[in-house]
Amino acid sequence: MAGLTPLTRAWRPAVLGLAGLYFLVPLAASVVFTVDVPGRGLTFDAYTRIIGTEGFLTSLLLSLGLAAATIAVVLLLLVPAAVALRLGAPRLRPVVEAVCSLPLVVPPIAFVAGIGTVLKWGPEHLSRTPLFQTFVALQNPDFPVVLVLAYAVMALPFAHRALDAGLRAVDVRTLVEAARSCGAGPVRALVTAVLPNLRGALMNAAFLTLALVLGEYTVAQLLGFRPFAVWIVNVSGSQAQMSVAVSVLSLLVTWVLLLALAGAGGRTPGARRARTAKGTP
Amino acid sequence: MTPTPTPTAATVEFRGLRRTFGTTTALDGLDLTVAPGELLALLGPSGCGKTTALRMLAGFETPDSGSVLVDGRDVTRVPAHRRDAGMVFQSYSLFPHLDCVDNVAFGPRMRKTGRAERHRQAAELLELVGLGDKGDRYPHQLSGGQQQRVALARALALRPRVLLLDEPLSALDAKVRLTLRDEIRRIQRELGITTLFVTHDQEEALSTADRVAVMRGGRLEQCAPPAELYGRPATAFVAEFVGTMSRIPGRLHGGTVEVLGHRLPVDGEAPAAREVDVLVRPEDLRVTADGACSARIVATAFLGATTRLTVRLADATEVKADLPTHEAAALAAGDAVTVAPRERPVLVAARPA
Repeated sequence: MAGLTPLTRAWRPAVLGLAGLYFLVPLAASVVFTVDVPGRGLTFDAYTRIIGTEGFLTSLLLSLGLAAATIAVVLLLLVPAAVALRLGAPRLRPVVEAVCSLPLVVPPIAFVAGIGTVLKWGPEHLSRTPLFQTFVALQNPDFPVVLVLAYAVMALPFAHRALDAGLRAVDVRTLVEAARSCGAGPVRALVTAVLPNLRGALMNAAFLTLALVLGEYTVAQLLGFRPFAVWIVNVSGSQAQMSVAVSVLSLLVTWVLLLALAGAGGRTPGARRARTAKGTP
Repeated sequence: MTPTPTPTAATVEFRGLRRTFGTTTALDGLDLTVAPGELLALLGPSGCGKTTALRMLAGFETPDSGSVLVDGRDVTRVPAHRRDAGMVFQSYSLFPHLDCVDNVAFGPRMRKTGRAERHRQAAELLELVGLGDKGDRYPHQLSGGQQQRVALARALALRPRVLLLDEPLSALDAKVRLTLRDEIRRIQRELGITTLFVTHDQEEALSTADRVAVMRGGRLEQCAPPAELYGRPATAFVAEFVGTMSRIPGRLHGGTVEVLGHRLPVDGEAPAAREVDVLVRPEDLRVTADGACSARIVATAFLGATTRLTVRLADATEVKADLPTHEAAALAAGDAVTVAPRERPVLVAARPA
């Protein structure tokens, strides 16, 4: 910490401590509330009961499935688009950025109202066409594809930003051209030369999408599906202690998943960003 | 461990290449032929179209009209990855996620060469560029010069018929630049590979290339061996772009020009006007101390064996003259001197308005 004034040196731990307290106190209080039952002492009853409660596993698995599908859709959509934008039309970047930020401005309520309207309109007008079956399949309660599509839109602002930051750190054009002059076709150049250097950005985009999907309540509830967040709210009404236990558990699940993702995308020695110095002697 | 030379060095031909980007014309009808095994430097100020021409040969740009031929075959529309051209870029272009061996083996990997075979080739090429012991290093662990060496090895890995160098030395510091350019020349000779070398550094072009093509405004000004380019520049632009050149006012008399009180034969075309500028190299001016003369030394710059004097003539024209350092030792800024041209044919150019 050379070069810092004593004041800064003292402030750093203080700020860190305050922020830590802000996050940890409610968490600790929640944990204490779930394990310390008046008159019975320390018990993990609330947690063991969760496993047995109807809908726990199905809703958790549904949420995980939705998250995986959303991450796939978002990355498949955004990565080629972002790279193409960088190579072919850098001037359009502000436009794409604005479009990708739109979901932040539209409130989920309005968004879900729009989706609801389309879902109602569709079957009424398309009942005699093959599209009718598509609408039915979209809303299959076992795996509501419509939620994946909605979440993909909602994740756009976060995923786009994460990817854009990653792309900024590598010289995409030079990497692609270098790969192409080494005999790689356009797609292979992207997959073998660019993507490995975006590992960090892809991970970040996946993290953010995962966190969003696991915690999303409004859209799922209003469309009548029952992923994990909706289930938590449903059970919490009746059993106070267990509902808090479920919240703590869902936090832990999210953390574990994020750690697992980070582990899977672990750093390789070469995964540092490319130096892209352009000299002008 | 010398890799086998490229089986057949290719002839490269640019025919009437034209390309505009918006309102700027990058190439305005470029015609140029590169002989098999030749190292040709494309030299010119920035924006002269040299990089565009190179990128057209690489397949990264398409001309509006005209064609690129390799060994007589029109490759204008062939995609970059089927061009058989290895390229070294100006910016560091190694794949950051691969070590040196895998970087060099990237091309063979794309061509489905077996792992053992491509690693053997890569090791051989790294040996060739003097980095045989750095195979397991990642790009960020190498210096700029080392990175460009690896990039050169990578460009050679597919035994390309043409090697393209896009200002590969411009990001490096002066000393590394000198050694690496000699290295490039040595390797190019050893492999006998047809090479196009884009640079804006005239010294680099003159010292490495078999021929230098000077470009301006998307057109070829002159393409000649370095000595000819320097000694017999075809145009005033080439004369002034290559090496140092002073403009001294002179007056035409038929086939001769009067300059600094001397009459010299005119080399090449002379403009229609009588009042012209005479183009003189620093080594073609003699400077002697002469208290009575009105020319004065403005500055001296020590260059080692020679010293460059900047002299202001009576009419306020400033000229550069190179003197052996031991002769220049007697002179200092502020001294009155006589400046005289050596007796040899000179180039003349129209006086700028």
